[in-house]
Amino acid sequence: MTLQTDYIGKPTSRIDGPAKVLGTAKYAAEFNVPNLLYGHVVSSPIAKGKITKINADPVLALPGVHQVFSHENVPSLAWLDRSYKDDVAPGGSPFRPLHKPEIRFSQQPVALVVADTFELARYAASILEIEYEEEAHETELTQHIDEAFEPGRGKTGYQPPKSRGNFGRGWEQGVAHVEANYSHHAQHHNPMEMFATTVEWLGDKKLNVYDKTQGAFNSQQYIMKIFGLSKDEARVISKYTGGGFGSGLRPQHQLFLAVLASLELQRSVRVSLTRQQMFSFGHRPETLQHVALATAEDGSLTGINHFAVAETSQFEDFTENVVGWSGTLYDCKNVKLGYRLSKLDVYTPLDMRAPGAASGSIALEIAMDEMAYAAGLDPLEFRIRNYSDFDQAQNLPYSSKNLRACYREGAAKFGWDQRTPEPGSMRDGNLLVGWGMGGGIWDAQKQPALAKVSLDADGHLTVSSGSNDIGTGTYTIMTQIAAESMGLPIEAVTFVLGDTELPEAPVQGGSWTAASVGTAVQEACAKLGEQLLKQAQKMDHPAFKDAKIDDVQFANGQMRLRSDLTQAVVLRDLVQASGEPKIEAQNSKLPGMVDMIKPPKYSMHAHNAVFVEVKVDPDLMTVHVTRVVNAVAAGRIINPKTARSQVLGSVVWGISSALMEESVMDHRFGRFMNHNYAEYHIPVNADIHNIDVIFVHEEDAEVNPLGIKGLGEVGLLGVAAAVANAIYHATGKRVRDLPVTIDKLL
Amino acid sequence: MSHITQAPLDRLPVALAPTQSVTLHINGQDHTLQIAPWTTLLDALREYLDLTGTKKGCDHGQCGACTVLVDGKRINSCLSLAVMQEGSEIQTIEGLGTEENLHPLQQAFIDHDAFQCGYCTPGQICSAQGLLNEGKARTEAEVRELMSGNLCRCGAYPNILSAVMEVLTNEESGTKNLKPKEDVGQWAAGATKPDMAPVEPAK
Ligand code: FES
Ligand code: FES
Repeated sequence: MTLQTDYIGKPTSRIDGPAKVLGTAKYAAEFNVPNLLYGHVVSSPIAKGKITKINADPVLALPGVHQVFSHENVPSLAWLDRSYKDDVAPGGSPFRPLHKPEIRFSQQPVALVVADTFELARYAASILEIEYEEEAHETELTQHIDEAFEPGRGKTGYQPPKSRGNFGRGWEQGVAHVEANYSHHAQHHNPMEMFATTVEWLGDKKLNVYDKTQGAFNSQQYIMKIFGLSKDEARVISKYTGGGFGSGLRPQHQLFLAVLASLELQRSVRVSLTRQQMFSFGHRPETLQHVALATAEDGSLTGINHFAVAETSQFEDFTENVVGWSGTLYDCKNVKLGYRLSKLDVYTPLDMRAPGAASGSIALEIAMDEMAYAAGLDPLEFRIRNYSDFDQAQNLPYSSKNLRACYREGAAKFGWDQRTPEPGSMRDGNLLVGWGMGGGIWDAQKQPALAKVSLDADGHLTVSSGSNDIGTGTYTIMTQIAAESMGLPIEAVTFVLGDTELPEAPVQGGSWTAASVGTAVQEACAKLGEQLLKQAQKMDHPAFKDAKIDDVQFANGQMRLRSDLTQAVVLRDLVQASGEPKIEAQNSKLPGMVDMIKPPKYSMHAHNAVFVEVKVDPDLMTVHVTRVVNAVAAGRIINPKTARSQVLGSVVWGISSALMEESVMDHRFGRFMNHNYAEYHIPVNADIHNIDVIFVHEEDAEVNPLGIKGLGEVGLLGVAAAVANAIYHATGKRVRDLPVTIDKLL
Repeated sequence: MSHITQAPLDRLPVALAPTQSVTLHINGQDHTLQIAPWTTLLDALREYLDLTGTKKGCDHGQCGACTVLVDGKRINSCLSLAVMQEGSEIQTIEGLGTEENLHPLQQAFIDHDAFQCGYCTPGQICSAQGLLNEGKARTEAEVRELMSGNLCRCGAYPNILSAVMEVLTNEESGTKNLKPKEDVGQWAAGATKPDMAPVEPAK
């Protein structure tokens, strides 16, 4: 069935726009329920050791302080590790807040002070006296490379990278070679909204939990298991999320603490983290990489070797696919890949926008630029010569791959053919001009998801799925998909999300929401269509008497016969005639599950190509990214307006990663020392200049019926490398340790 | 092994100073609160008045999410105590427009998709109103620079710029019949502009 293109593919303003610009959209810390208590978290000043004493009495004596929670007085909770594992937990033994006196990472939450007001809780937390015995900690990855080990398949979806061919032979066959080390430091997601949970105590253990999360169901499962709550008692609500970027994939400790306090005190409680405490949990892990490439006379790659070592915590093995992409993106017979972890006294890293791929593409795409120079080829021409039309890593054909169009259209828009290859050869007055490029690849994934549609007697369609919108445009695109599927005007459709009372949806991550929830909405609409047809037949509507579902279409608020469009019935009338207040339908979860166990027939991926211009002051070595063209092949784009914004944001992230972002660890204290927004640098408006986004045409009937590949991650890939490559082109300086700060160029 | 004491209590903690009555004039209305003297204007709005449109992104004057207008000037409300603002005209996002009658900046932000998660948005819009009140910014480069106190982690900057430029241009052409000056700075390639010509290679 081909869709009517009434709404899908049309630039559509955000449905949630008015709420956001008016300030009426409520985020987790903004539910001012009556009789609310405030919890403030006390964080450990040491990275490793043990609490020996907590002197809570003077704090408890303050009028208005209700309780100080710590390992000393937490009631007995779920015992097994399993109960603390959330849906996206990596292998290992998850951290349990306030469980034991042991300190395992700096800023570990060690106590929660609960008081009548925020001001009092904050003050009381600041004077809570705690004594520690400190032990020596290890936080320096470069000192622990030798102990690195190969992780197993701890986490859902993680596949150890597979080598193929014989890299040693490929290396020898090559006539040109490059080999180098690449690195970047820890990065923190730092969404604008700080993590917070407001727990509304409804009496008798029944809670409404307003949580900052990327997955209401994940938060719900977590607190149900730990606190022994039923689904009904633990309702989690998350209608608006002030940015996630992966940080909200796992429940964070403020959720545990707020629920604990609420259950113990039988009161409503809010716990908000401070910006400093936003550095107390997951981050993109510091990763050290090694890439070696060899090419034959004609510029074809004869060998690729990509090896990475990343940090993880002492208690969980966080894994991500850093090097695997290097076995897929380019055509090469001999590929050697390796990935290891080293355990440090830090909190477990956490998926952060394009996890693994963003890191891997830094090394691979800078190395590709170096290889192009070594082989005497233009970096774009070099990539085209090594274009992969078949996924050699999975040994599968691509369901679709229009990276060629990204190269072509991106280069044309940018004016790449004007580039002179010699570093330092392009100028704008006094300024050095550099042009660099890069690109990447990301999985087109789909998860099982449920959606419900409900058509009422006024002809209004309510669509619901317990998914999330972290700024990705979910509200809007689901409304578009439902409106188009049912042939209703967009104003007649309301999409609701972010509530565990709604049909279950997966966490919002991996760029899979549009494909997963979109498909669920489409399926639910198809079921509703069948019911509406049955209703018409019940009413003895002559035109539809023998009609099958494929014989009808939905448009203009009507169901019509395809063979004779004048034969139509208004949807609203069908509901009214049914005698019911509404007609409802829900998709079944099964198709997704079946899909998942079937062996795949195709390799399904989104791709991009990025072209970057930098201008560098030759005296001060300040770098400005003046132009970026990002061409993306990601299947069907449901809403070009919100999609463009997602890619714009990705480019800003890439520039940030290339030039600014870095959580700086002071190894003497085992603590990130720039743990605030002033010293953790991200771009401001004045840092961002011209950005062009191109979506190349790509049809894909295999990924899902809507042809969606997902956009949350792919736009970020290769941006940081392209900036670094442009800096090389401008200055002749090859910096392989990101971010490229001025000191590395002087 | 070494011994460390966090927050050593050398004397018994003092109870908080008594709350006091503060009257704030917000969006044309008087509100009287009984609050601790060190309550910030931001917390007074969010925690005591349920005016949660004003956001907290850092509590340290580093992000601009808490921007409000005080006597028409933009300030970081996390850096001001509520008691300091008695007698001032405070305007928050809630006082800027309504669902039926959006403020031109609010409309422009929707039209230009100048946000994603929306958490920095009220601060951006109040800041943009402050910028318009100041009347200093004309060019894209100036707007970028003078909107740089408001972080957007979603990276909506190019769209924020084009939204603000649209309102600025309309205001100027409407009231003073002025066209915005063309950018002359060297970082002038802007999101609202057509493509910039490629740089010529040095000969
Ligand atoms: S909350 Fe005030 S500047 Fe960040
Ligand atoms: S829109 Fe999310 S931080 Fe600006």
